Amino acid sequence: MGKVAIIGVGQSAFSRAYPGSIRELAFEAFREAMVDAGAETGDIGATVVCSAPEYDKQRSPAGVLAEYLGLTPQPTFYAETLCSSSSTGLKLAYSLVASGLHDSVMVIGFQKMSEISSAESQERMGRGADIQWESPFGTMMPAYYAMYAQGYMDSYGITSEDLALIRVKAATYGQINEKAVYRKGVELQQCLDADPVANPLKVFDCCANADGASCVIVASEAKAKAMGIAKPVWILGLGAASAPVNLAGRDLFNGLRVAQMAAAEAYQMAGISAQDVDVAEVHDCFTIAEMMAYENLGFAEPGGGKELIRSKETYKEGSIPVNVDGGLLSKGHPIGATGGSQIRTIVLQLRGEAGEMQVKDPQIGLVHNIGGVGLYGNVSILGR
Amino acid sequence: MGKPKKEKDVRFSKFGTVSFTATTKVNDFIDYLEKGEVRGTKCKSCGKVFFPPRADCYSCLSSDMEWFKVEGAGKLITFSILRYAPIGFGDDLPYAIAVVDYGDYKVFGRIGDIDLDQVQCGMEVVVRANELPNGQLNYVFDKA
Ligand SMILES: [Zn+2]
Repeated sequence: MGKVAIIGVGQSAFSRAYPGSIRELAFEAFREAMVDAGAETGDIGATVVCSAPEYDKQRSPAGVLAEYLGLTPQPTFYAETLCSSSSTGLKLAYSLVASGLHDSVMVIGFQKMSEISSAESQERMGRGADIQWESPFGTMMPAYYAMYAQGYMDSYGITSEDLALIRVKAATYGQINEKAVYRKGVELQQCLDADPVANPLKVFDCCANADGASCVIVASEAKAKAMGIAKPVWILGLGAASAPVNLAGRDLFNGLRVAQMAAAEAYQMAGISAQDVDVAEVHDCFTIAEMMAYENLGFAEPGGGKELIRSKETYKEGSIPVNVDGGLLSKGHPIGATGGSQIRTIVLQLRGEAGEMQVKDPQIGLVHNIGGVGLYGNVSILGR
Repeated sequence: MGKPKKEKDVRFSKFGTVSFTATTKVNDFIDYLEKGEVRGTKCKSCGKVFFPPRADCYSCLSSDMEWFKVEGAGKLITFSILRYAPIGFGDDLPYAIAVVDYGDYKVFGRIGDIDLDQVQCGMEVVVRANELPNGQLNYVFDKA
């Protein structure tokens, strides 16, 4: 199989309430990616549209977006794995290009969560778990991740303070990311004093809902060359896994098995190990999720995640910078757009175009994107 | 006159504070709950044990199941105490959800008659069928 490149990336600003419709929201990310790639609509062979359903009235958004973006009559279809939808989109786009079916495919992720109230949103997200056997007990995303936090604390003896350090780091970079929804700094004490949402997780341990869109253009090596792409970023490895939806079917409560499996698969495909990663974006929908990601990706031994954050090794200047764009905690988490936003950050880092957020000369970057509560795991490895 | 309308079996709509499923092939679970029993299913063909109960065995493709009783003490693996609730569950606050290990299977459910500040990982609990104030049925974990 030939090499597959990412030739253009774009992202809308993430916001509390986008003043427009989903097609207009998608256009913002689309325009940025098209300008970035120097592409015309005729360059795009197909589109994969990614979001989590039930937030908007629109059924089958793929066709609607494709038309608004001028991407008809090319084929378009919808991909969904909750919060990791656009990482799944990347995998599909890679497959479509690597197989030779298309020489260029666009991945558009979007979510307009402000269409519904926050309580309704919690209920929708809660139904991304087992609606037959779990939801009737009154579950929601923070409570599920809180169960992992409890299991993790019980195994490895970390405290709320260790988790809060992750939020403090996220806010450090949210302040310099003009596309983030949360631009303020956060003090450690502020996190510790905040109200509990689902013990042991408190308000600042949780990311915010947001409206947003992301766009990633993938192309074959030949197409990238023909288009004169100056700095292609190569897709080196892709891994994905699924887990039993009901927590009763899980065997691990201090880490996410899907992340371990996706990482192993992606590292093998890329022919690298965790130590080779220079910059990473991980799915920090909750602080505990980033702590587990350190270990599930092999940046730390099981139980060693706390040392990474305590010693600031995951800050921009550290040995393995993680989420130096503010992560989901500061950027906000517009579900279907999140994976594409993470991919964009890593592409900009590898090109040396991340501005104030730039880490020193990275060669290899990693994206860890989880759907649901460890239901879907996706790891993508990109290189210069 | 048309044929008499066939009654739909919607017993499962009684499960939990709010049920999101009305009809399932394991509706008998509700009858057992009404009798005070929490039951899972066991594949008669290959012996695989399932909780939550299932109608079909992915292992040997049989749908010939028998019901077994969830009995004795299990070990609480993890839990969370909710301070906010999704729509429809506000009146239950505060409440806790937990995963309990029974060895061959695990059970996801609610904490019952245990002070919420007494709940701990590793504690032994037993499961109990429970009627909720709104007349719905669920099951909860009490101290063993
Ligand atoms: Zn069987």
